[in-house]
Amino acid sequence: MSVFQIDFGDTPDTPPRVVGIDLGTTNSLVAYLDLTAPHVIPGTNGSPIVPSVVHFPPSGEPVVGAEAQEALLIDPVNTVYSAKRLMGRGAADVAGELALLPFAMAQGSESVIRLAVGGRELTPPEISAYVLRQLKQNAEAFLGETITQAVITVPAYFNDAQRQATKDAGRIAGLQVLRLVNEPTAAALAYGLDKRRNGTIAVYDFGGGTFDISILKLEEGLFEVLATNGDTHLGGDDIDNLLLRIALEDAAAECGRDLSADHEAVQRLRRAVITAKHELSTLPAATIALDYQGLQYRRSFPRDVFEKLITPVIDRTLAPCRACMADAGVTPEQIDEVVLVGGSTRIPLVRQAVRALFKSEPHSELNPDEVVALGAAVQAGILSGEVEDQLLLDVTPLSLGLETMGGVVTKLIHRNSTIPASATEQFTTAVDGQRNVLIHVLQGEREMVRDCRSLARFDLKDIDPVMAGMARIEVRFLIDANGILNVSAKDLRTGKEQSIEIKPSYGLTDEQVEAMILESFDKAEADFNERQVREARVEADRILAAVDKAKQSDAWFDLPAEEQASVDRAINELHLSYHGDDHVLIQSKMESLDLASRGLAENMMNSAVRNVLKGTKIE
Amino acid sequence: MKPLPADYFAVFGIGPQLALDLPELQRQFYVLSKQHHPDRFARASADEQRYALDFTSLLNDAWRVFRDPVARADYLLKLKGFDTTDSRANPVPAELLEEVFELNMALEEAREGDSSAKKQVAAALENFTALRQTLDIERDRLFAAYDGAPAESHLDALRSLLNRRRYIDNLVRDAQQALS
Repeated sequence: MSVFQIDFGDTPDTPPRVVGIDLGTTNSLVAYLDLTAPHVIPGTNGSPIVPSVVHFPPSGEPVVGAEAQEALLIDPVNTVYSAKRLMGRGAADVAGELALLPFAMAQGSESVIRLAVGGRELTPPEISAYVLRQLKQNAEAFLGETITQAVITVPAYFNDAQRQATKDAGRIAGLQVLRLVNEPTAAALAYGLDKRRNGTIAVYDFGGGTFDISILKLEEGLFEVLATNGDTHLGGDDIDNLLLRIALEDAAAECGRDLSADHEAVQRLRRAVITAKHELSTLPAATIALDYQGLQYRRSFPRDVFEKLITPVIDRTLAPCRACMADAGVTPEQIDEVVLVGGSTRIPLVRQAVRALFKSEPHSELNPDEVVALGAAVQAGILSGEVEDQLLLDVTPLSLGLETMGGVVTKLIHRNSTIPASATEQFTTAVDGQRNVLIHVLQGEREMVRDCRSLARFDLKDIDPVMAGMARIEVRFLIDANGILNVSAKDLRTGKEQSIEIKPSYGLTDEQVEAMILESFDKAEADFNERQVREARVEADRILAAVDKAKQSDAWFDLPAEEQASVDRAINELHLSYHGDDHVLIQSKMESLDLASRGLAENMMNSAVRNVLKGTKIE
Repeated sequence: MKPLPADYFAVFGIGPQLALDLPELQRQFYVLSKQHHPDRFARASADEQRYALDFTSLLNDAWRVFRDPVARADYLLKLKGFDTTDSRANPVPAELLEEVFELNMALEEAREGDSSAKKQVAAALENFTALRQTLDIERDRLFAAYDGAPAESHLDALRSLLNRRRYIDNLVRDAQQALS
């Protein structure tokens, strides 16, 4: 709208910015790419790390991050952490670990877990959406612009349901998820910016709840993943739980009190255990200390005892590493670089194990907590076109297959196939006049249906009723660049698109996600108004700063007195509207200021032209 | 929307052929990936995004199949209307009948814990591995012959060769399993 925009403003039609988000089990971060490099974005407390914890108080709005972490001590039953471990899973999958979590599962959680917190029932994607919303807000406040598009990272070994759940969380949070990127691959991207251009690298990613190993080939800006492996239920959490269990038994024996049913005591002890674990990365010994309701518990842990305890956990990362090297067709000697990612790689014993396995000194120059978010920002830059000389070729971690006769799985797309990847299969009918064919799709490496993960059942509907074996339906299975399955079908006799009904085995249906988005819209209405006010203020700041600058110049003094007065009046009015919550009013006051200062802008322009002309004369 | 390449060969802009220069094909794969990958079209129209996804999945599928000479030959045979399904249903190649019978006996005995049978299995493994190598030389000769003059007779020969090879592949795998 304004002349000042031409002089001082940014171009209004720059495409929206894409941010990179690391949605972690323990911590989450958001990062953006500027002209030079990716940067993490600090939150209101100055730290870029947002603990992936959400507190649902019985009344009032949910709280996310460090504040929610505090609530974990006083209101543990209404505070959710490690929700990522529940993404895309059913009740039976997590029965074991829910025992250690303070929050309760609601009825009917077979295919999608529902947690009963703060008097509501929420699915893991909805809880993760709160974390994502917080990151979105942090980015908007920091960058001064609305954020609607993001790249979100997932463990490389996440299956289809877990990926879909992550994408759903993004949608519920009001983010268009342009791409899901595998965490180790993102880390490689972050390192690749200033590292050698060609070679083979292994990324060892041991985080709060998941373990991934990926082996990549770097060639002229192309990051080609050769193979990936991992365990989506192996991380620092497992070490915490191990120590916690010991401390609980220990405290019971020593103090004669079983604390395991007391959520608050457990959470306090859990925090003490984590503190001790962190200290043991740099100190030779640490003490687990708990003072709770008159109970005093102290337990000293020398590092060698700690290391002996966690060796089985660390050993569980080694088999996937060996399998990954075999699949990639490389030996340890052929790996040029090893990159460490995730907080658990700060443990000296982990580094030692990695060094021994790959026979080389691992890299850890970049902060292992930040490197995934930084890489996500680079991928965001690739998608937005800002980064043109790099490209990621990732793979699917798990084989995709169909159930055939006798409960056997026939593989359609093998693990470690470069994605997008596809396979087509023809189906026919077994009975005269049959109208439906049911296809059961599974993920996993085993031969039998019962040993693989059920992904979905696809019902080919309204098939032309013909004689048995006459129908010819071609089904195309396509794993997209996010690692998510898409299915389409064609009737080869008629050439028509065949209708399919999808019943996901785990996770939400599209309708359920839509309902959640609608529900969050009601609450978003208030958020939306607030955001518009915030945006109007950012805009007002810019214009006020520009006018302020102009008032320091000769152009201002060349202005007639009554014009100066009307500019000052308009500035005043804009200031007055600035602190209200009416963005329309702020907008109209900005327009008035713009109008009043048109003469000033022209003067500025003219003197700028004069200066340029003066400049040419001197030369 | 632009039409997609009709087959894997068309993806790389070549006609149906069997002897491929893999290093050159890999370079092509990288060039085409950089041009067509969906990441390059994140902000393009829905049609362009769809094309990028479909083309790149074809490209990846094609490169995966072409890298493996057996999969490549199977693909071309299928393209030319040959039935390549379910090799396990094929009868034992007549010239191998005796050797296969002996190997199966030895495998049986080895499974029952007869350690002397292991020596027999090892000898058979060596035998079949060598035979497979001979078949691979013959395969490459047929590849070149077909590319020089694409005659149906070459494909017939190739199909029976691949069936035999698959059969031997299974024997080698069984023997390796018994020895490990």
